[in-house]
Amino acid sequence: MFHNMFKLCNLEIAKLLREYIVAVGAESYYHKFVPRANKFHPLHFFSSTTDNLDLPANPSCGSFILNAVGIIRAPRGDGKETIVLVTPYNSQNTTYSDAVSLGIGFSIFSLLSHVTWLAKDIVWLAADSRYGEYTTVDSWLKDYHGPAFPGETSRIVDDACFEENNSDSLDHIKVEGHNSYVYKRAGTMAAALVLKVVDKKEEERDSLSIYAEASNGQMPNLDLINIAHYLAVHRQGLRVKIGSIIYFLKASWVKLLGEMLQHITTLAKRLNPKWKFDITSADYVEGTATLASSIYYQALGVPTGSHGAFRNYQVDAVTLEFSPRSSLNNENVRSAFLLKTGRLIEGVIRSVNNLLEKFHQSFFLYFLTAPHKYVSVGIYMIPFGILIAPLPIVAAALFSSNNGSSNKDGSWKWLQAAKVVFLIHLWAMITSLLPYVLLQLPLGTPSSFASAWAAVAICFLLITYLILWSSSIDCGWELLKSVMIVAAAIGLSLMSVINFSTAQIGAMLIVPMCLLVKPARKQTQGVFAKALMLTSNLALLVVAFPPAALLIAKTLFGASGNIDIGDFWEWAQILWSWNSATYMYLLWIHLPCWVLCLNIFLYPCIGSSSKA
Amino acid sequence: MAALCRRFTGFHFLLVLVSLSISSLVFGDWIGDDEGEQFTEELLLKPLPDRKVLAHFHFQSTAHPSPDSGHHHHLFPKAIAQLVQKFQIRDLELSFTQGRWNYENWGGSDPISSTNAKPPGVELWATFNVPVVEIDTTWKNLTHALSGLFCSSINFLESSTSYTTPSFVFGLNVSNIRYGALPREAVCTENLTPWLKLLPCRDKAGLATLLDRPSIYKGYYHSQKLRLTSTKLSGIILEQTLTIVLQPNIQRNSAHSLLDGAIQPSWSISSMFKRNLTGSCVLARTSRILVELEKNIVSKLEELGHGGSWSNSLLDLSPNPFRVIKEVNPFPEESNSILFEYVNSKEYEPLDVGIKWKLPFVWSSPHAPFHASRFLMGSGTERGSIAISLQSTKSDEYFRSKSNECRMQAVVFQVVPWYVKVYYHTLQIFIDQKLQNLSDVIEKIRVTPSEDKKLPGTLELVLGYPCTVQSVALTLDFDKGFLHIHEYPPDANQGFDIPSALVTFPNLHSSRIYIGDDSSVHSPLLLKFQEKNVVLSYTEVLLVPFTTPDFSMPYNVITFTCTVLALYFGSLLNVLRRRIGEEERLMRSKDATKRGLIPLIVSKITSKLRGMPRSKPLLIFAVVLSVLFHYIVN
Repeated sequence: MFHNMFKLCNLEIAKLLREYIVAVGAESYYHKFVPRANKFHPLHFFSSTTDNLDLPANPSCGSFILNAVGIIRAPRGDGKETIVLVTPYNSQNTTYSDAVSLGIGFSIFSLLSHVTWLAKDIVWLAADSRYGEYTTVDSWLKDYHGPAFPGETSRIVDDACFEENNSDSLDHIKVEGHNSYVYKRAGTMAAALVLKVVDKKEEERDSLSIYAEASNGQMPNLDLINIAHYLAVHRQGLRVKIGSIIYFLKASWVKLLGEMLQHITTLAKRLNPKWKFDITSADYVEGTATLASSIYYQALGVPTGSHGAFRNYQVDAVTLEFSPRSSLNNENVRSAFLLKTGRLIEGVIRSVNNLLEKFHQSFFLYFLTAPHKYVSVGIYMIPFGILIAPLPIVAAALFSSNNGSSNKDGSWKWLQAAKVVFLIHLWAMITSLLPYVLLQLPLGTPSSFASAWAAVAICFLLITYLILWSSSIDCGWELLKSVMIVAAAIGLSLMSVINFSTAQIGAMLIVPMCLLVKPARKQTQGVFAKALMLTSNLALLVVAFPPAALLIAKTLFGASGNIDIGDFWEWAQILWSWNSATYMYLLWIHLPCWVLCLNIFLYPCIGSSSKA
Repeated sequence: MAALCRRFTGFHFLLVLVSLSISSLVFGDWIGDDEGEQFTEELLLKPLPDRKVLAHFHFQSTAHPSPDSGHHHHLFPKAIAQLVQKFQIRDLELSFTQGRWNYENWGGSDPISSTNAKPPGVELWATFNVPVVEIDTTWKNLTHALSGLFCSSINFLESSTSYTTPSFVFGLNVSNIRYGALPREAVCTENLTPWLKLLPCRDKAGLATLLDRPSIYKGYYHSQKLRLTSTKLSGIILEQTLTIVLQPNIQRNSAHSLLDGAIQPSWSISSMFKRNLTGSCVLARTSRILVELEKNIVSKLEELGHGGSWSNSLLDLSPNPFRVIKEVNPFPEESNSILFEYVNSKEYEPLDVGIKWKLPFVWSSPHAPFHASRFLMGSGTERGSIAISLQSTKSDEYFRSKSNECRMQAVVFQVVPWYVKVYYHTLQIFIDQKLQNLSDVIEKIRVTPSEDKKLPGTLELVLGYPCTVQSVALTLDFDKGFLHIHEYPPDANQGFDIPSALVTFPNLHSSRIYIGDDSSVHSPLLLKFQEKNVVLSYTEVLLVPFTTPDFSMPYNVITFTCTVLALYFGSLLNVLRRRIGEEERLMRSKDATKRGLIPLIVSKITSKLRGMPRSKPLLIFAVVLSVLFHYIVN
């Protein structure tokens, strides 16, 4: 009974919203869907298609979500383009800030319903985020862009149970029944804004946080962020924040670096007052922290909010999260806050509305260092290029030096090295697909999954080595290193195209490891040099091992103390459930490279190897 | 005539004047004559359910086919007559539309919506009386003439990629029809002014004085149409219609009034158009205003017990109408729409027709049985699909009452530009979300595949399905083509338009029958309503995002390449001049030979240039470098 009441309550909000939307004279309908869990599909990376087969066979009536959607048709527009406004709310646990965000959403919607300047249609999606706002927005977008015509039998079942459940209780709300479930569309989306209000106290001013990262490091066009930032700062006097990593804000070495830079710049300015690159230490620290967070969220490949769902359909979208200065229970604070946020969103919508073409200049590849500062692709590609450049050179040097010394076998000796590298990569690929098999087993906790995964992977690795030894492949570590380096270079450059941030962080770990690695037993002159070599090799090998790197990062950035082996499983699960290319990078490029480096480090050095 | 006057002197001039005055006397009698040219003006006003008001202006001019008038006309616009004569036009319809017709709220099965709801932008179709081989050239010339006449870019319809030859959509099974649409054409006063010039009184007198530009362009829908029919028997008939949907002023005091605001706004001609109507155009044979109350309003009135009264507890129509015209319906138990007629004749007292609502009242317009909409599926810049969906409005109990063998017909007409490469074999039809066998549903199909840079793709399809169906959906997959840089239209980054599809329901007609002796009413507008017009609806215009090149790239490449080349040739010249050995030798033999410096350099360059095969790879290298530079810079 209680459950039933609650369910009605959930639907009640959507009904109420729809009633309001109809009252301002806009079109409206309900979007209804059954959420389903993200599953691991090894072959579904980069493809946003989903099977309709994995719909629950008999969805219960309470499990679906109902969203109210309103559409304003631009009075004189041709309806080719739309701007989407999303206000997520949790229908099961509606908070005050949810209500405020719905209120802002509706007040903007009702304002736009009678303005004369609209050229693009406006769609307002009040997304019930009971099962996660991304899921809701994504399923609405899926239905917008690719409705599944066949296999809708389960939906019809839904319809039936929905109708009979509500006919008795909700008949006092007068809605024109049958048309309210017909999905309506409004042209190509020009941009989307996700609007949220959080009730956390700010120090001085009302503030606005902008979230923009979508899946696999994709970003919306910088101009959209610029519009929101400009209007927020210069018109509404809001404080604009974007994410930053607190560790860097507090770290003393960053501060020290900043101070050094400040001294250098002041010195440079004294030398020539025309040089304008003065930077204060505080700016530097903040910029570093923001840049680090920007790179981190791009590298993770997991969207930072429901705006990520729009990017899958090439729609620019940002999440604007407002937080008031003090509690919204105060009448004056609330009205001032509503006025500011409303004006800001109206301004952003109006700016996008006035655009004839969609955002198209090439500002899609950038890192943010402050809400109004960015590092463009033209700048950040250069250090990466310089970082990668030694790899092919060293590979060529190793190859030619080795080939020159032993020319009895001809030049085909490298094929054996390539075989080893290929087998290790094959092993890595199998390892990456293992979770799919493991998920079929009833293992229970994440830690047992993780240990099973590790055990099976190590078993497979041992089998691979057995194969290698039985066929007695011996090619010399220099050739092996050279082929491994080539593979790593190719992998890194491919990854830099897919997700630059992942490639950048990966290259910072892989490149020194690849360049420095040498067999531990190799004779070198000088004890000191050997010790240095050994320690640096060991340190790099530890740091570059993905779970170890995760552990180190966790302790550095001050996570909770106890670390469980199940964390790795959960982490990997997050990556694959969001179709992150970082998962593929880690297992297809990074892991085999690490294994090969370990292999070289532990290489039983035979005297015939020449000096590298 | 003026040129004539100047050529002749004295006596001749007098003669001409006399003949002119005589002829004007003679023709003056013709104005009222049934046999001669006629002009009528009418205005239909109709309250719409969503608190808006429809105003439909209908001006009709007819020219008698008799040859005695020669090249001269009194009322009929000469430009149009010449057009008809020159291009041998049989039928022509040209519409300029801004905004979209709301089929849900403004009606989908009444005569206004089926003849005057048009797709956004410009739509033109015409049939000609010329041999088949000449049709295309005639069409091209016609588009140029019309674009000059109406100050718009109709001439873009000249290219063979933008028009098509429908075979059975317009009901005329003829091969001499051409159809084209420009969805992106903006419509404004510059198109209205030439349209008004075709009226004998322009907008100086009569109903057209109401056309106050700011108020009519502030509306929600604006469609000006020109319909031309020419036959040997009846001469040329020119119908000029202007359909606008206006929002009467509402007092929006508080948000509260929005929610309980079922009360309709009261309006009158002067409040809506900000002009007063005084007198008719003297040249017009009739000048009348009609106010229509839809059948759903009338049924409510009948419930309240005031059948066709214009002043009752629900609404108040002022001033009192001249006549009440009732529609006759084949189903006697249903109520019918009512027209209240006003004759616009008084010169001094403004005729300010208006409705005052007294009670809150909600009604709905008659819908077409199926609501047609079209949308794009898929994302990305590579491929996608077009989907056309017909959703039952469940409004027409007429079909529901009929038995199961009732079959609905729908004709879909879709023109797709060539760069949207539609694969017609991927046509899928879903009825009630179940995939159908094509041969079961399609009664007739005609496909003209597109040809690159020559022909647009055309799909004409007759669907037959039971009336009880809830939804019909068609999908067609397409690939997005690549265009040359010069083939992109302006604002290419907005995307490309696919013109509206047309969905008609050939076994449904929007004709109305009115009581009243036709001879006394004799209204071209009502005659128009009584015609058997097929119920049709246009779908939305679609915007397909395309891959666009970086249009600034050629500029960057040219600048950078030039810089690199200049650097190269500069250094080359430098190297050529500064040949150290040569210089030393020169220094040594300076006294011996007194040769000039410039001839020396010239001879050196020519000798160098003769043996220089390396410049081509260098050029390629420079171009590649500059492209790279461009991407780094941007």
